[in-house]
Amino acid sequence: MMNAVFGGMLLMGVVVGALSGRMPEVSEALLNQPGQAVELTLVLLGNMCLWSGLMKVAEAAGLSQMLARLLSPVTKRLFRGLRHKGRAMGLITLNVAANMLGLGNAATPLGIAAMQAIEKEQRYPEDATEDMCMFVTLNTASLQIIPTTAALLRAAAGSKAPMEILPAVWLSSATSLMVGLLAVRLYGGVLRRMGR
Amino acid sequence: MNASNFALPAVVLIILLAGWMRRVPLFDTFLEGAKEGLSAGIAVLPPLVALMVGVGVLRASGALDMLSFALTPVAALLGIPREVLPLTLMRPITGSGALAVFTDIIRIHGPDSPVGRVASVIQGSTETTFYTIAVYYGATRVRRTRQNLPACLTADLVGFVMSAAAVRLLLS
Repeated sequence: MMNAVFGGMLLMGVVVGALSGRMPEVSEALLNQPGQAVELTLVLLGNMCLWSGLMKVAEAAGLSQMLARLLSPVTKRLFRGLRHKGRAMGLITLNVAANMLGLGNAATPLGIAAMQAIEKEQRYPEDATEDMCMFVTLNTASLQIIPTTAALLRAAAGSKAPMEILPAVWLSSATSLMVGLLAVRLYGGVLRRMGR
Repeated sequence: MNASNFALPAVVLIILLAGWMRRVPLFDTFLEGAKEGLSAGIAVLPPLVALMVGVGVLRASGALDMLSFALTPVAALLGIPREVLPLTLMRPITGSGALAVFTDIIRIHGPDSPVGRVASVIQGSTETTFYTIAVYYGATRVRRTRQNLPACLTADLVGFVMSAAAVRLLLS
């Protein structure tokens, strides 16, 4: 996938550049962009240190577990095929809590462990179950309460109010999450009706 | 004053208070995490170089404009500014690619322009769909992911449309 994206972008850029006579600009981009990537990394680096540090404190203080307990009424309703006190359900709530706090580094290993726990509890199905689809959809939607990367890059680009996007981000991510979860149920029903 | 100015300091305060109450060694724990953040941040650089060169070449050649132009009718129908279309194409596929396109957009149009705001909300409210599905199912023996990808892509599309609508509704 990434090979096609990377190769495709460069190939298309060079071919279109040659046809439209914009080779000087293309050369300039080739010279300048790597430096821009370094600048971007520098901007992100401090932010990543700060939040990874704070999240380590949050984890040590048991905040993810607390959040997970708060979320359990919701997760119980979403995952109808799983035992309420099973290992899978516990891992799912922890993964969701980590995602909400923006703990990407912790969320992915927890999520993988949760998938394997669901699989085991549901006896290794060949086809994805509705609970698996629900869980993966929760992870492809953004649950992060504070989108720090977007806000930081806005600040670096000279925004007067980098955080002004928060209410809009919440509205948009909540809507998209609801639609995703509904779509899992809906499309699942359609597939079953088609006998698949 | 509005609530969004309080969100960030409030989260920091809650974390530090919780740590303090549980007697977590605040500074040492922070440093331990910050070091992990540093190595994760450095690991982002190589893919970022690759994708920012790709995006830069694509824009310099005029190919990005052509692509956006071709998709203008679809964008207009959905209320999405044409200039953020490259971001909507990149967002589900790759995190660092989206980051490259996003910084490109806010540098050219300005972070507080309508285009910059929509791009910011999209960047803040969506995730890398294909990567997540690949990694999560890759860890299992599941062969067919059934409705998962179509459901997630539906959610992404609604997220893009809603980002543009939310900016019109809340930020203008």
